[in-house]
Amino acid sequence: MISFEMPKPLIQTRTVVETVAKNMMRPVSRDMDENEHEIPWAYIEFMHTATKALGSSSMAPDETAKKKKDEDPEKKKRPPINYQRLMVMVEMLSWGDAGIYLCTPGGMLGAAAVSAAGTPEQKKRFLSRFTGKEPVFDAMAMTEPQAGSDTSAIRATAALDEKTNEWVLNGEKIFVTAGNKALVDSKGFIVVWASLDLEAGRAGIRSFVIEADTPGCKVTKFEEKMGIRASDTVSIVLQDCRIPFENILGSPTIEKSTKGYKSAMQTFDATRPIVAASALGVARAALEFVQEKLAEEGVEIRYGLPRQKMSNLEREIIDMETQLRQAWLLTIKALWMADNKQSNGAVASMSKVKAGKVATMITQKAVEIMGPVGYSREFLLEKWFRDAKINDIFEGTGQINLLVVARNILGYRGSQLR
Amino acid sequence: MYSFTPTEEQQMLLDAVKRYAEGDIRPAAREADEKSELPPELVEKGWELGILQASTPEAYEGFGDYSALTGVLAAEGLAFGDLAVSLGVMTPNLFVLPILLSGTEEQKKELIPPVIEMEWKAYSAALIEPKFDFDPLDLQTTATKKGDSILLDGEKTYVPYAAEAEKLLIYANLDGKTQAFIVDADEEGLTVGEKQKTLGIHAYPLYSLKLEKVKIPASQQLGGPDGHSMDLIQASWQIGLAALALGVAQAAYEYAIEYAKDREVFGVKVAQKQAIAFMLAEMGTDIEATRLLAWEAAWMIDEGKEGAYKQAFLAYYTAVDMVMIITDQAVQILGGHGYIREHPVEMWMRNGRGFSTFTGLAMV
Repeated sequence: MISFEMPKPLIQTRTVVETVAKNMMRPVSRDMDENEHEIPWAYIEFMHTATKALGSSSMAPDETAKKKKDEDPEKKKRPPINYQRLMVMVEMLSWGDAGIYLCTPGGMLGAAAVSAAGTPEQKKRFLSRFTGKEPVFDAMAMTEPQAGSDTSAIRATAALDEKTNEWVLNGEKIFVTAGNKALVDSKGFIVVWASLDLEAGRAGIRSFVIEADTPGCKVTKFEEKMGIRASDTVSIVLQDCRIPFENILGSPTIEKSTKGYKSAMQTFDATRPIVAASALGVARAALEFVQEKLAEEGVEIRYGLPRQKMSNLEREIIDMETQLRQAWLLTIKALWMADNKQSNGAVASMSKVKAGKVATMITQKAVEIMGPVGYSREFLLEKWFRDAKINDIFEGTGQINLLVVARNILGYRGSQLR
Repeated sequence: MYSFTPTEEQQMLLDAVKRYAEGDIRPAAREADEKSELPPELVEKGWELGILQASTPEAYEGFGDYSALTGVLAAEGLAFGDLAVSLGVMTPNLFVLPILLSGTEEQKKELIPPVIEMEWKAYSAALIEPKFDFDPLDLQTTATKKGDSILLDGEKTYVPYAAEAEKLLIYANLDGKTQAFIVDADEEGLTVGEKQKTLGIHAYPLYSLKLEKVKIPASQQLGGPDGHSMDLIQASWQIGLAALALGVAQAAYEYAIEYAKDREVFGVKVAQKQAIAFMLAEMGTDIEATRLLAWEAAWMIDEGKEGAYKQAFLAYYTAVDMVMIITDQAVQILGGHGYIREHPVEMWMRNGRGFSTFTGLAMV
C-alpha cells in the first residue's frame, strides 16, 4: 500500500539530530567557515560518543547486523529502514552545517564501499575501529588529476608482489574528502581506486583499503574551497605503498567482463541519494531562513491562488518549496528501494540530479530574494549558497548523473550513450 | 512506514485502466480530436471500469470507500490514453464527488445512486467564468437568498456536456463565499450557449452557460443551509488535474523515447545524442518527482493529514508547469514530425497547455 508515513524511529532520529544541529553546529558555523581547515573537535567528540552509545559503528547501514536479525524467526520482522534513517540524519546535519557534517566520525563513504564489496573478515577488520575510544574517520580516494567522473581514466596502479603477497600501489589522488582526518588525525582508512592492469580498462579497476600510518601513502595538499570549508579536501600521493593482499575489495583476478567495476559503481546507488539528502538539508536551511525573514516583515505567502493573481515573490517561494519536496520524495524513494533491495539505479541518480539542481537554485534564489541581507556575511545564507554548490558536483556532477539516468531509461550501455 | 507499491486491488484497477487506455482510447483519440466528437460508446466503456463507483461507499450504491489516492492512480492511467476521453469518462465525478465529500446525508442518498448505478449520463458542473483572472474563490456569479429560495445569476464557461446534462452543480458567490448548488439542467433562466472551441481537448464538449434569476429551493445548496467548505473540493480538483497531467506527460515522454530510439541521425539513433538523451532524462525525473508529490498529496487527503490541502495545491502548481514542459519537449524531440498531426505529440502539447485553465474540470 502506498504510504508516506514517516516511521516512528525516523521521527525520533530527526528530533535528536535536530538538537545536535541547532546546538553543536549552527553556533560555530560561521567560525568554522572563516577559519578553514580548523577541525570541529567538539562536534566530532560528541558525535563519536553519541553513536557509540547507540551501538552503531558507522553511519553507513550495518548489513551484517541486519542479517543476524533476519535469521532469527522469533523476532518480529520490521521493514528495513537503515538507509532511510541515514537520509534523515544527513539531511538534518546538513541543515545544521554541511561542512561540519562532512567531519562526522565513523564509517562514511569508505565504510559503504567495504560494506558493499567486502568479505565478512574485511568488514570485521576495517569497520570495528569505529567503535573504539577515539573517533575515527574514513575516506574514498577515487578522483585523479586527469580522472574525475571518468573513472576508466584512472592511472593509479596496484601490482602484486608475489614474494611478499602484498599490493604495491602508485599514483596520485585528489579531492579526497576527509582524507587527512582518515589518515593523519585518526587511525582510519581510505578506500583507493586503482588499476590492476592499465590495458584492461574498466575491467582492471579495483578498490583497496589503505590504513593510516601505511608507509608510502602521504597527504600532500589541502584544497581551499568555495564552501564546505570545515571539511578537509586533500591530495594523496601513493609511492610504492605496500598493503596486505587481503586489502583488496572484490576479486583479484581480471575477468573479461566489467562485472567487478560495475559492482563497485553500484555503491553509488546508495551514496548518491545520501549526497542528495545533504543538498536537501542545505536547501531547507536557506528556504526556512527566507520564510522566517518574510514572516518577520509581515509578508504573507498566499497558497492556492490562481497564477494570474500571484505575486512574483509568491511564485518564487512556492516554486522553491515544491521543488524541495519533490527532490526529497525522489530521495526517500531511492533509499526505500535500497533498503528493500530493489534495483534503484535510475531513481538514485534522479534524486541526485534533482537535489543538486534544486539546492543550487534555492540557495541562489534565496540570496537574490533577501537582497543585502542575503549577500551579507552577517547571516549564514551566503554560506549556504557556497555550500550548496558542491552537491551538484561531488559524487558525480549533475551532468554525469543525468547521463546515468538517460542510460537507465533508454536501456543503453555506456558504449551506446557516451 | 514508507511504501511506493499500490495495493493488489489498486493494481488490478490500474491494469484494467491500462488495457482500456491502450486498447480503446489510443486508437480513437486522434479521430475524436479531428471531429471534435467523443464517441459515447468509448466513454461508456471507460465508465464501466467503475473507477468512481470504487470510490463510492455501498450506502450510495458504490462498492468502496472514497480514496483520493486510487483516484489519482486511475486518472493518470486514463490520461495516458487521451485527455479528452479521460475528462469525458470522469465528468460525473464533478457532480458526485462534491456531494459525497460535502453534501448532507439526504443529498447523498438522493443524488448519488442514480448516477452511480446507471450507465454513463451527463451529470456535470459549472465553475469557470469567462475572465482572465478567474478565481474559484472569488466568483462573479452570485447566489442570493430569498426566503426559501436561492437566485443564481451570472455567466459560466467551459461547462462540460451542458447541452445534454441532467443535473449540474453550479458554483456561485454567496455572501463572499463560493458555494455549490444542485440545479436541474432544464431550470428556467438557465441558457446553454454554443459549443466552445478551444486550443486542445477538441473532443470534449464544453459550453457557455447563462444564469438569469435561476430560482432553486434553498435546500439545494450543497451541504444544506450551513453550506460547505471549499477546501476538500478544491484539493480534489487539484490532485485530479495533477494526475491527468501526469498521464499526458507520461504518454508524451514514452512516445518521445520510442521515437528517439528508432530515428537515425548521423549514423546513430537520435537518442544516442546527449542533447536528446539529457532532455529525456530530465523529463523522466520531473515526471517521477511530480508523481510522488501528487501521490503524497492524495495520501495526505485520505489520511486526513494536516497540510493536505496545501500539498494538493503544490502538486497541481508544479504539474501545470511539468506537463507543458514535457509535452513541448516531446514535440521538440520529434522535430518536424512532432509538428505534424500524424503523430499525437502536437495534440498532447495543445492539451498540456490547458491544465492552468482547467480549474475544476476534473475531480478524483
